[in-house]
Amino acid sequence: FVFTLILSFHNLLRNTTFLTDKDVIYMCPFNGPVKGRVYITNYRLYLRSVENDPVVILNVPLGVISRIEKMGGASSRGENSYGLDITCKDMRNLRFALKQEGHSRRDIFEVLTKYAFPHLFCILQLFFAFVNEEKFSENGWMVYNPMSEYRRQGLPNERWRVTFINEHYGLCDTYPSLLVVPYNATDDDLKKVAAFRSRNRIPVLSWIHPETQAVIMRCSQPLVGMSGKRNKDDERYLDIIREANGQISKLTIYDARPNVNAVANKATGGGYEGEDAYPNAELFFLDIHNIHVMRESLKKLKDIVYPNVEESHWLSSLESTHWLEHIKLVLTGAIQVADKVSSGRSSVLVHCSDGWDRTAQLTSLAMLMLDSYYRTIEGFEVLVQKEWISFGHKFASRIGHGDKNHADADRSPIFLQFIDCVWQMSKQFPTAFEFNEQFLITILDHLYSCRFGTFLYNSEFLREKEKVAEKTLSLWSLVNSEKSKYTNPFYSKEVNRALYPVASMRHLELWVNYYIRWNPRIRQQPNPVEQRYMELLALRDDYIRRLEELQITNNSKIPNSSASSTSPSQMVSQVQTHF
Amino acid sequence: MRLGVAALPRNSSFRCLPAQDERWEPPPPPRAGAMLGGGARAAKPSFVSYISPEEIHIKEPIEKEVNPHLLPGELLLCEASTVYKYMQEDGSNRGTYGKLVCTNFKISFLDDDSASDDNEPQFKNKIVGENDITLQCVDQIYGVYDEKKKLLTGQLRKYPEKLIIYCKDLRVFNFCLRYTKEEEVKRIVSGIVHHSQTPKLLKRLFLFSYASAAPNNTDGRNQTVMFETLEDWRDELERTKGNVKYKAVTTNEGYRVSEKLPLYFVVPMCISEENILKYDGRGIPIWCWSCHNGAALLKMSAFPKEQDDSTSQTQKAFLDGIYKTISKPPYELLKVDDLSSSLPSLQDIQTAYTRFKQLFLIDNSTDFWATDVKWFSLLESTNWLEIIRRVLKKAIEVAECLEIQHTNVVLIEESATDLCCVISSLVQVMMDSYSRTKSGFQSLIQKEWVIGGHCFLDRCNHLHKSEKEEAPVFLLLLNCVWQLVQQYPPAFEFTETYLTVLSDSLYVPIFSTFFFNSQHQRDTNKSGESLKTQSGPFRFLTVWDWSVQFDPKAQAFLNNPLYAEKPKPDKSQRKTTRFKHQRQLSLPLTQAKPSTKRGFFREETDHLIKNILGKRIGKFINCSDEPPNSLREFYESWHSKPVDYHGLLLPRIDGPEIKVWAQRYLRWIPEAQLHGGGTIATAAKILDLMEEVQSLQVKMDEERSQAVSGDVHSVPMLRNSARLSSLFPFALLQRQSVKPALPTSTWKDLEDEDDLVKRDDEFVDLSGDML
Repeated sequence: FVFTLILSFHNLLRNTTFLTDKDVIYMCPFNGPVKGRVYITNYRLYLRSVENDPVVILNVPLGVISRIEKMGGASSRGENSYGLDITCKDMRNLRFALKQEGHSRRDIFEVLTKYAFPHLFCILQLFFAFVNEEKFSENGWMVYNPMSEYRRQGLPNERWRVTFINEHYGLCDTYPSLLVVPYNATDDDLKKVAAFRSRNRIPVLSWIHPETQAVIMRCSQPLVGMSGKRNKDDERYLDIIREANGQISKLTIYDARPNVNAVANKATGGGYEGEDAYPNAELFFLDIHNIHVMRESLKKLKDIVYPNVEESHWLSSLESTHWLEHIKLVLTGAIQVADKVSSGRSSVLVHCSDGWDRTAQLTSLAMLMLDSYYRTIEGFEVLVQKEWISFGHKFASRIGHGDKNHADADRSPIFLQFIDCVWQMSKQFPTAFEFNEQFLITILDHLYSCRFGTFLYNSEFLREKEKVAEKTLSLWSLVNSEKSKYTNPFYSKEVNRALYPVASMRHLELWVNYYIRWNPRIRQQPNPVEQRYMELLALRDDYIRRLEELQITNNSKIPNSSASSTSPSQMVSQVQTHF
Repeated sequence: MRLGVAALPRNSSFRCLPAQDERWEPPPPPRAGAMLGGGARAAKPSFVSYISPEEIHIKEPIEKEVNPHLLPGELLLCEASTVYKYMQEDGSNRGTYGKLVCTNFKISFLDDDSASDDNEPQFKNKIVGENDITLQCVDQIYGVYDEKKKLLTGQLRKYPEKLIIYCKDLRVFNFCLRYTKEEEVKRIVSGIVHHSQTPKLLKRLFLFSYASAAPNNTDGRNQTVMFETLEDWRDELERTKGNVKYKAVTTNEGYRVSEKLPLYFVVPMCISEENILKYDGRGIPIWCWSCHNGAALLKMSAFPKEQDDSTSQTQKAFLDGIYKTISKPPYELLKVDDLSSSLPSLQDIQTAYTRFKQLFLIDNSTDFWATDVKWFSLLESTNWLEIIRRVLKKAIEVAECLEIQHTNVVLIEESATDLCCVISSLVQVMMDSYSRTKSGFQSLIQKEWVIGGHCFLDRCNHLHKSEKEEAPVFLLLLNCVWQLVQQYPPAFEFTETYLTVLSDSLYVPIFSTFFFNSQHQRDTNKSGESLKTQSGPFRFLTVWDWSVQFDPKAQAFLNNPLYAEKPKPDKSQRKTTRFKHQRQLSLPLTQAKPSTKRGFFREETDHLIKNILGKRIGKFINCSDEPPNSLREFYESWHSKPVDYHGLLLPRIDGPEIKVWAQRYLRWIPEAQLHGGGTIATAAKILDLMEEVQSLQVKMDEERSQAVSGDVHSVPMLRNSARLSSLFPFALLQRQSVKPALPTSTWKDLEDEDDLVKRDDEFVDLSGDML
């Protein structure tokens, strides 16, 4: 019996290795203690209840596990006081109670630790992504080709050129190998500028407006320091950028940080572009907080939604997490960037401290607002590949893939926050995105799962070194192989339409279907509006087919058969009656 | 003529005094000549930028007279010219000059440029235009004096420079009177204040002038059951299969029993006429509705608290008798719920709503963004959403008694015409899918509210008689129903737009529906004996005749394209339709659950008849042996199954599920507008597709019959639907620009996280890197 069960989910995911199983009691916060059997493979933890109706099932990829703790000891009293407590990265905690006799939890604890935290053993091959042999009809690694993406934007052109200066990551090891820079700046200039930018992350082009030719540039902070150092090359370089779109307007610099933080950064050698050094630039601070604030905010959010939704004072509890307030600020910043480039016709430079967290949020969201291509499934994949993965958002550090150190200060839900912003936009504009909510949730699930290589490692440089593209599968292979599952039926394609969300608390909502999805009481029904629309689509197609048939019959002058005429009108009556 | 004026920088004070935002000047009014268009421009060579009001009227009388559109029986009372109507937005003011008039029906602003109204809105109210405010719709009027806002109520000694009118449908109108003649200012301001804010006699309501002047062409084919006849009640009994145990009585003919009770109503079979008459109908269980399993929902008007011991003794004895009678078979179990102790008081409801609506009466952009930062806690502090939650929860409780425990439920309240109406209506909407059709819902409102005797006149304070009586009880119901509509869109034949215009209709006094306290009051005033009438009694309109307010195209927006109509074997006979619940409501098999830390049914024990009915009733209450968490199980077991849109419907009431009715409350706020977004974007796609399907059907019929059919059904036309505003169909104040709305408010302190805030993302000393 057990064997068939295991086989069934072996088939679900090929090449998973069964490691261990055990009778446990799952301390379900919603259904109470659930007797079941837990199975652990090298990809996931799977639990199936033995008595409950309906069956309770848990399905947890090991990559999702953030922390494993033993609770109670061999001599603990009280029912179900001995077992394991598992904290997950996807907003849930799991608690299993085991029999106290015979160290029953020892092997399960050891197996979980080994496979959930391969970093401990320095065997990265324990990441399931490296042994995953699933087959997909599409190859997701082909989705993003930087050269064709820049060509799509009309680059290179007479003002912007592609440079290979970073081909071997010699200029900047956290940047991609291919960069777009002003035509009038030589590779030598770039090297000099790199010396003045934190971690050599020089200003490079992210996106160019097809009409205004204004650009979105990204970089890290200038190394101004306490003494207020200046760098002529950097100053000249920014001026070249300003001039490149043929406008005389000032270059707008958006520093994502709050003013005070930017000032404070001077103490450690960083800082921001001063007015004296950059007279042709206008600097604005966007007041977005750092990774630590965001991490704490999400922690507070989890406290009020898991396991139980805070009941009394839900709204003020939600407000006190500040989560939506942070979302509002990120969106507001992105709107400003987009609006400046679009209606302000001015080029903008976006940075924070290192230019891989807040900067990635702002540039990618602004691009999503301005360029409808990124609102398609493939376009969004390109956007994530480009602005996040290739430009060195430190996924490994921010998520802590395979790392036992759950309290690491480097961890932060920056990418989750970005996906939340995208969800807010898709909620406000339900017809503007080709992808649906499931697409966004799937991305987040595999951000942690380690089933795909897509989000592994901190930079393109490391990914290339580890041959991730050769040895693992891309998440986009999964998505693109069954696109219909991730397609929004209401999508209407609109080219060149700027999409500005309203960054007001009146419209921002907590993403219940993601953050509270483990709570059976909150769980959403399939969207009835969508279902109805699909029904209508099917009805329309059916009609078109019948109409064609009818026309053919009529044309061949054969009298109508009365038998076939009854069923279609019955089907229509449903639609008709409302008018 | 649209004029733009750059505003002075404003500070971010949220509507407080002094109102700094009122410091700007309107542009001088255009000369009359200029209004005629390009050709007439050079009327006077000496154009001066400042023209006093006198000059305008004496030297250059307006040639093109703009007249208000008056309804039958509507009289122009006063007017003022060169009034500047404006709105503040994006740091600038947009406005138009025009005439402000006040009639016995409405306050109306007539745009001098109104002739150029070529883009007719798709959704237009024929009675109340976008610049019309019915006198009953006026909530509060403020005058601005030297940049300070003052509430205007009675007699005025000084006349303001600006007038701000806050409406009950949440519109805000700003009028600048700087260029208006002094006498006209006096007349219009005192006129508006007098006619909209001071006590009024019932007979002075526009309802009566309209009814006597308007040609009566009411649509007799209305499907709504009005419950004015004995027949209607009998049909309802038959429909719900309540006729075995309950009977419609004529005891109140001539209002012998009570003026508060309807002419006809339904009581248990065993209740005698004598009993009904004994205490003017008090202490008598009155039938609302019967569940498919025979359990009935009843309401009862309680006895007022008596000082006199012997009186209360006899009342108790009387109640005992009543309970005994109706606890015998076939009635069996009975649960009594005193709503006045288990739900918030009317005063609480009024206070909550007053605070709540204030959040949406936004003066300008600055206000909007200033309140945005603390939006959730502001919302919570009003308590309005919490009241909605409690009411929904109570309705679930009642539904559980009826559905699972097969227990009759008696709702008790002092008058049985406020919270009783809310709960009984909600329970029916949840349990009886007929109440989720348009005509069913309208019949329900007639049954429980209009004929049921809800004091609309007092609760809406239409006559400005007493603020103590005011309470938005009916609005509370609509807000609760809206929660269900947005949670289960396919279950309702009507849309949220329907609920919104229904709530607006509360303030349109051409329908009798919401302008009387009882059937008795309406009947006695209908005869019209005090007025010199030419044609007998008044014939009032009912709000259910939607063609009075909307043409067929606009009415289409009231119908839900998602509604999955119940397949009926015989459509023609509504009466005989049996309402069976398809959902099987078996109790879950799981064992007793651990009490989780915050279950929302946790504190719930039965609040039962504490004060009024005394302890002796306790023995009739038969739910004490039920497990205390049966309600929770009922709720969770229902939610764990797929929804049957024609069966029982339970609202989700967890914190994140109770939402603000955005369409009603945000519809006039330009900052909240989503260009090409909102739920209307998907609704428009569905309508487009339905249109396509219908035209295919027509084509198919043509092909089949080989004949040309010219009859195409009217479907709302939503061309360019992608660019519709989320405020559609109420987007009257369209933002002109496509510029994004940018918050102007600033970040507030993260008080408790100071050390985190100051940190850098990753602490690395970069100064070393430079070498």
